[in-house]
Amino acid sequence: MSEHTLARKDILGLRGMSREEITLILDTAASMLEIVDRDIKKVPTLRGKSVLTLFYEPSTRTRSSFELAAKYLSADTLSISTQTSSVQKGETLLDTARNIEVMGVDTVVIRHSASGASHFLARHLKAHVINAGDGMNEHPTQGLLDMFTIRTHLGRLEGLRVLIVGDILHSRVARSNIWGLLTMGARVAVAGPATLLPPRVAELGVDVYTDLDLALRHADVVNVLRLQLERQKKGLFASAREYNEFWGLTPERLRASQPDLLVLHPGPMNRGVEITSEVADGPQAVILEQVKNGVAVRMAILYLLMGGGE
Amino acid sequence: MSERLLIRGGTVIDPAHGYHGPGDVLVDNGVIAAVGVNLDADGAKVIDAGGFIVAPGFVDMHVHLREPGEEYKEDIASGTRAAAAGGFTSVVCMANTRPPIDTEGLVRFVLERVRQTGVVNVFPVAAITRGLEGKELTEAGSLRAAGAVALSDDGHPVADAELMRAAVQYAAMFGLPVIDHCQDSSLSADGVMHQGYWSTVLGLRGQPGEAEALQVARDVMLARMTGAHIHIAHVSSRHSVELIRRAKEEGLNITAEVTPHHLVLTDAIVNDMGYDTNTKTNPPVREEADRRALREALRDGVIDAVATDHAPHQQDDKLVEYEYAAPGIVGLETAIGLLSTELVEPGWLDWGRLVAAMSWAPARLLGLRRGTLGVGEMADITIIDPAYRWVVDPQRFYSKSRNTPFAGRSLVGRAHMTIVAGHVVMQEGKVLE
Repeated sequence: MSEHTLARKDILGLRGMSREEITLILDTAASMLEIVDRDIKKVPTLRGKSVLTLFYEPSTRTRSSFELAAKYLSADTLSISTQTSSVQKGETLLDTARNIEVMGVDTVVIRHSASGASHFLARHLKAHVINAGDGMNEHPTQGLLDMFTIRTHLGRLEGLRVLIVGDILHSRVARSNIWGLLTMGARVAVAGPATLLPPRVAELGVDVYTDLDLALRHADVVNVLRLQLERQKKGLFASAREYNEFWGLTPERLRASQPDLLVLHPGPMNRGVEITSEVADGPQAVILEQVKNGVAVRMAILYLLMGGGE
Repeated sequence: MSERLLIRGGTVIDPAHGYHGPGDVLVDNGVIAAVGVNLDADGAKVIDAGGFIVAPGFVDMHVHLREPGEEYKEDIASGTRAAAAGGFTSVVCMANTRPPIDTEGLVRFVLERVRQTGVVNVFPVAAITRGLEGKELTEAGSLRAAGAVALSDDGHPVADAELMRAAVQYAAMFGLPVIDHCQDSSLSADGVMHQGYWSTVLGLRGQPGEAEALQVARDVMLARMTGAHIHIAHVSSRHSVELIRRAKEEGLNITAEVTPHHLVLTDAIVNDMGYDTNTKTNPPVREEADRRALREALRDGVIDAVATDHAPHQQDDKLVEYEYAAPGIVGLETAIGLLSTELVEPGWLDWGRLVAAMSWAPARLLGLRRGTLGVGEMADITIIDPAYRWVVDPQRFYSKSRNTPFAGRSLVGRAHMTIVAGHVVMQEGKVLE
């Protein structure tokens, strides 16, 4: 691997990504952040390259973040979502992607409700594929931006104790954080109602709690996941009220935790359910910073996949 | 009009008569004329079986031939040729066609198509309920008279316990076993693979082994209540194995089958093959403890038979996201090679037990007069070359479909010749027209 490239075609997940690769991405993101802060946010690095965002699920944050990241690096961008493409007419994922590819797209950023969709695409396309979230599997750029944010504040990842709270079962954010953090030498714990913890999750190498108060005692960082309220219909938890009582990050819980506990949330937030406003808007929360860092991390990835070393 | 054949110098395995040793088999006029050592050819055409296993024709009691309705995936012509290529002289075809085989007329239609286009025996299974809807019973007596050998709503398990109670009791009156695809759909939910470590890693919805075992437990209760014969299809979970073992110890009329893919694969394959949808099947392949339990159960006779659950699907149904892909694996043309390589070679099973599980056992539990080399019986014979080395190439399948996770796998052992009613229908991998 040369100094400024990733020796891989695709970014599908943090599982299997090496410590060196993650470090390279995070270090590159640090220099990209400087561009985001400039008055004139444009460097010519990816001029002549094209990036397609192909989103089969609604998203504002991730999609805008990728598009801005590409534009700041002077790549051309194109967006397709289920609302505006032929997906509605029943075209297969593969046919859609092949049609896009022959138009000369260099990188496809895909979000899809089916786990493994980005792997499927990557296997059939010559273009780079970046997973922007596939089902319950992974959301690697979110994992990277979370790690970048933690590293920025605490100076390291190795040896830190990171707690992920909420619906671990359905969460691709949780999985990407778990894989990435474990690779970087952090200690990872998950907490949530037993019905929202995946079977045999401890075998991933994490500590498992159903008691949030207990879990928080051992945390340097807490990453609060969005509770998908539609899960309530499936009877996996009793009510949003009880969820907040037992697994919500409240000011009381924050006060009982260690004083400099860093609070993350991937958004969008259900205020008053998994996190109260007082915490979300308080001094220990770095939620907006995560969003900004997301642009830098995605710039780093686009650069390292398409433009690095040239 | 079929010629006299002398199959000479092979190792004869005839589980029905407890014979396993060197011998010759003489076929005359489509039936077994003699089995013994140093038989006189007396003008018969001689087939040299030196180094080969000479077995009763293999019976695959769980095959989806897709005709009528989904002939683009498979039809009786292609499916029976795949069977012949794989060493099967008989297949039992499932009722979940379009429309489902739920009337006397449809059973007769299938048998007529077999007469016109088939190259091996086909024994149809008819639906338990009309339209596989799990509501009204089909006419078991008439279906039996038309030629159905069992009833099954395979793929659409009957959830209503009282309806199933009635179904097995009614079918038993006509001597028909009921074959159940055991799956409690409320517990299996939308699971697309086995629920365990790998479903958690891959973020795919899992279905637990307990979802199968729950319905097996129900069927055990129903067999006890009614005395009826219930056959558990494609057992996948160690929990089901345990229930079947206990039911058999109790003397209940429960039998069971297992597929080659459940015996050979574990759920790690979904990761190893990067979400390849050819690994998707229902029930899903499970974890090591399950695979081990299935192998032991087959060895010990707790599981009676091997059946492939040959489930052909075209690329359109498979070249999509994992959760949208159709479940199923084609099995007819890889079964013998896989089981020889993965079970016999490493010592899990001997050829005697495997031959029994693929011929005599399924024939007997369905009441078919097949699976034996007894004198006067139909001359359905499978000759196996246990040392033949080959690599699975789906492009060479006789099946219309290629959905297998075993492409490229090196195997040892295959069917050398398939003989149906004294006719050689397949020789050295080639189906003879």
